[in-house]
Formats: sequence, C-alpha cells, structure tokens
Amino acid sequence: MTTARKLTMAQAIVEAIGQEMERDPKVFVMGEDIAKYGGIFSATSGLLDRFGPERIMDTPISESAFIGAATGAAAEGMRPIAELMFVDFFGVCMDQIYNHLAKNTYMSGGNVRLPVVLMTAIGGGYNDAAQHSQCLYGLFAHVPGLKVVVPSNAYDAKGLMIQAIRDDNPVMYFFHKGIMGLPWMAYYEGSTTEVPQEAYTIPFGQARIAREGTDVTIVTLSQMVQKALVAAGELEKEGIRAEVIDLRTLEPLDVETVARSVMKTGRLLIADEHYLNFGLTGEIAAVIAERLDQIALKAPVRRLGVPGVPIPYSRPLEQFVIPQVQHIADTCRSMVEAKLARAA
Amino acid sequence: MEPTAEQLMWMYENMLLIREYEETMAKVYLEGKLPPHIQKGLAFDIGSGPVPGEMHLSAGQEPVAVGVCAHLRKEDTVVGTHRPHHFAIAKGVPLDRMTAEMFGKATGLGRGKGGHMHLFDPEHKFSCSGIVGASMPPACGAALAAKKLGKDWVAVAFFGEGAANQGTFHESLNLAGLWKLPVIFVCEDNKWAISVDKDHSTAIRCDADRGVAYGIAGIGVAKNDALEVFKAAGEAVARARKGGGATLIEVKTDRYMGHFQGDAEVYRPKGEVDELRKSDPIPSLAGTLRARGMLDEAKDKAIRERVHGSVTKAFDFARQSPYPAPREALEHVFA
Repeated sequence: MTTARKLTMAQAIVEAIGQEMERDPKVFVMGEDIAKYGGIFSATSGLLDRFGPERIMDTPISESAFIGAATGAAAEGMRPIAELMFVDFFGVCMDQIYNHLAKNTYMSGGNVRLPVVLMTAIGGGYNDAAQHSQCLYGLFAHVPGLKVVVPSNAYDAKGLMIQAIRDDNPVMYFFHKGIMGLPWMAYYEGSTTEVPQEAYTIPFGQARIAREGTDVTIVTLSQMVQKALVAAGELEKEGIRAEVIDLRTLEPLDVETVARSVMKTGRLLIADEHYLNFGLTGEIAAVIAERLDQIALKAPVRRLGVPGVPIPYSRPLEQFVIPQVQHIADTCRSMVEAKLARAA
Repeated sequence: MEPTAEQLMWMYENMLLIREYEETMAKVYLEGKLPPHIQKGLAFDIGSGPVPGEMHLSAGQEPVAVGVCAHLRKEDTVVGTHRPHHFAIAKGVPLDRMTAEMFGKATGLGRGKGGHMHLFDPEHKFSCSGIVGASMPPACGAALAAKKLGKDWVAVAFFGEGAANQGTFHESLNLAGLWKLPVIFVCEDNKWAISVDKDHSTAIRCDADRGVAYGIAGIGVAKNDALEVFKAAGEAVARARKGGGATLIEVKTDRYMGHFQGDAEVYRPKGEVDELRKSDPIPSLAGTLRARGMLDEAKDKAIRERVHGSVTKAFDFARQSPYPAPREALEHVFA
C-alpha cells in the first residue's frame, strides 16, 4: 500500500538517496558541506547521522579531485553521488566532467561503466547575481555521454533520483533552488507534492503532461513548470487552454510527447530559465520544425529564456531577464492572436 | 627492497618489449604520411597512414613503467598519460588489442573509438587520458573504492613533470593525504613539457619535495634506472597496501623521441638525445644481470626473439583486423 505524504523537493531527494543507500552499500555521497551541514540546499540533510562519515563525506574545495575521484571509484564498481554546490562552479572542474566522465564509456567501446550521479543547484530569482544564478543544463546536455535530469516537483525528484542512482551511466541531476522548499528562500508551492514512502523510479525520457489543454503547448522544465502552471490557470479564465509539458529529462529527450501536443494545439511556446541563445529553446523549436510535414502550426513558434546577458543582481533587472508568469501568459495571449505568413 | 630474480628478468624483458614496440610504432606511424604519398606541398600528413592522429612514444622512459608495475597485481589500478604505451605494456594490457586500437580497428580495446591516448582495459585495470594532469583524480577514486571495498588494492597515477603544475595535482595530493588513500603518484620528469623545459616551468628541482606540503611521503629517484625505481616504488606500494597512505615519487627519466612523432624538436639542444642514450637503462640493466650471472648471450637472444615475436604478432593482428562499420560510431555513448 502506498503511504504518501507531502514532501518538499529537498526532502524527497534526501529520501531517495537514503533509501538507495540502504538498498545498496556501494552508494555513497561526497561533496562540499554535504555532511554536517546537510548540503547548502538540504539535499543530503540528516544522512550523516544515518550513514556515518564513511558514506557521507565532506570534501575539500577541490572539485576536480572529488568529481574525478567519483569517476575513478565508479570504474571500480562503486556508485558515487557527488554534489557540486552550484552549477556555476563547474568551470573549475569541467575537464573531469566533459572529457572524462562523459567520454570514457564511449572511448572504451562500452567496456567502462561509470554510474555517477552529479547533482547540483541551479537557477536565480533570489538576487544572487551572475555567478550563482545560472541554469546551464543545456551545456551539459550538449555534451554527449551525460544523462541530464531536471525535476520540477518532489514526486518527480524522488523517482528520478532513484532512477539516476540505479543507472549505469553518468547522470547530471539539476535541482532548482526556488522549488526545493527551503525555509530561507521563497518557492513555488506546487513543487511540494504528495510523495509515496516506498522507493519508485521514473524512467528517463518520459515527459509529463503537467496540465492538459488544447490551444497552446508550453514546453518547459524545472521551476518554470510551476510558473507555467500559474500562467495556465490565469489563461483558463480568459478561455485560453494551455497544455504544459514538463520535459523532466533533456538527455534522453522525449520529442514524441512534445510533437503530439503541438500537433493537437498547433501552437508552441518554449519557456526556459536558461540562456536563450544556442540552447534548449532552439533545440525544441528545431525538432518541431523538422516535423512540419506532420504538424500544422497555427502561429509562429515562440521562445522565452534569458536574453544574451549574464544574470543581473538588482531585483528589477533580474525579474526582467528571467521569464516570469506574466511573460508566459502574455506570450500565450499573443500567440492565440498571431497568424502565419502565407506561402506565395 | 631488492627485486627477486624473477622480477629482474620480468623488468628486463618488459623494457625490451616496450622499446621494440615503440621503435616499431615509430616506423609504422610514418607509413603513408610522407611525400610523395600525401597532398602536394605538405612535408607530413598527420591524418594519413594506418595509424593516424598524434603519436607520443615513450622510448627511454621504460624504467618508470617496469620499476613501478613490477610491484602491482592485476587488481591494482593504473591510470596513465597521453604517452601511455610503456605503462599499458607493463600493466599487462594485451598487445594485440592495444595495437588494433591504434590502428582504429574493431578488435581494438575500445573498438577503435579511443586511439592511442585513450586506452581502456578494465580487465587489467588500466586506463589513460589525453589531458595533462587528468590521471590523478580518478586514481584517488580507485584508491578510495579499494578502501571502501575493504581490499588491499592500490592505485597508481602516472604523470609528467609538466602536469605537476596543474591544479589536479595539488587537489589530488591533498585529498590523498587527507583521506590516507592507497595511491602512488609517480611523476616522470623527462625535463620537457613539449618544448618547455622544467627550469622554465617549475620553481623547485624535485617534485617529490611537494609531498610534504600535503602530508604524504615524497621520494626522489635521481637516476633513470629500473632498480632505483623498483626500490622507491616498493616502499610506496608496501606503505599503501598496509594502510599507510599515499606516496609521491619523482623519477628523472629521459625522452628519446619527440613530444609527438613528427616533432622537429627545434627547442632541444643538438646532441642532447645522443648524450642521453649513452646511459640507456636497458643495456645498463643487462650489464647488472650479466654480472649476477643471470643473463648470457643465448638467454638474451631468446628473450629478444620472444619480444620480437610478440610485437610482430600484435602489429600483424592490428593490420589484419577489420575496421568497424561506420554506423558503430553511434554506439556506446552510454553503457
């Protein structure tokens, strides 16, 4: 029998890791401030007391060393989870991630398995400025060899984390700070959900229809799912029914669910907190453009993302560049009005 | 620590094997890369011939590989560098599949997806990387895994003196010292980081001196000699197996060939290599063996024939193996 209770996303992540550590002695966690502190964003809260310092390991501020060590330990059959505190910090250790963790399986002709989960915090909205507010998952999805998971709520966070730990490949797991349910940062309450007590998995590559609709498809992920749901609620009052698709994973990407939805609605908005240029929004637009022999669009594809600027500090500036509920709603309204150009 | 007769003979034979392998590769590598077989106007074409791409050979550095690996078991992990053949051979990586990998063949260690800088043999617990300074973090991870699994396995990270100025070196040494990891860091100081000599890159003479900064033992080996390396590595491996933690070893060794094949070595003083070859560690070890009555003409000839046979067989295997089908490029991104 399922016993569900409401958990924050942070609690769901902790529960997932704890259950997998009980099940499999080869799972361990390392990272900065993950033991006594419980992780800066509480993703490992309480695990030190349960599993001890041999399996919940604080590391020096040496990301290349401990992420590279995770690769080395995984090659020996361990199943490490490493936390990189903010995704913005990957610059100091990217070589160990994109040249080694991501490529060794391929370069070995499939002979080397690297079951590493690398989890990290993403996102802005709380005025932490350009070096602590980025999303950057698109950068990692761009590199072949990394699975990329970006949950939007507690239920998904638990199932996707267990799936990630059991996967024999490197998985990058990105949690948005503004949906973790932290007691010190405003968050979207929709991300705190009922979560079954027992362990369960959510397969990668299966997008979730977070809300059904017929007029416009909003493809999104992470915290932006929560924003899109609020926007869809407002639009409903005006008679515009938006369908919200939560991608959940970028690698693998569930193109079919997106295509089916756009086939139904004829309108596609991609809403993302990542940089607009050369990223996720362009990728989704491209895969739909490639299917225009099967999909009849009623309006041009629209994209929302951070324009080509670093994330600014000041509140009005930050709110301007990160897509908000209002931006999503307004864009959907304009799309319902919009017309396609006719071929000559 | 003195090597047994068996270890001595193993080191001698493997040094010969490495040398013959590298010298053979140097010749094979040039096939198809020189005029008149290439585009008009070029002096050399790196992408042509049966073994395309960069090629970094280790002739002269054999003592480092055999002196360390003589102490290792199959379960011990070795992570090598972009110049990896001597380590791979000394760790027991099969010559035929390793050579096939460099020929880009389907029978290669990585089915032709890695090439000479990216050799992976999980069975013999060998891997390497084309990135300078990248061997140390994964070796720490392998050592950490051994500890967690309750095994007395050790891990070895090889790297050059140029890599000792990378952040990974300092991060890894600290981690190994802090966690008392059974890892041995072995720095091959061949003096040249491509074209920059150590005097222009490193503020101190001996990198082993840096161990003290991280609470781990440092041993400098001043001579490019298999017995000297054997002694230092023996102490380090024994310490690691007993739970005594990490060691940093630096060996002064010699690179007889260019940084890569085709390197004109304009940066190197004329006659340097000729001078270095006068203290070639292979005849030197042979002399020791003869003096101890362990080697004579007939025995030496038999060893050299065996070595020649292995190398010939490996290159024949590689040449005769099929290429992978082009579509196999799409496989193995994930396990």
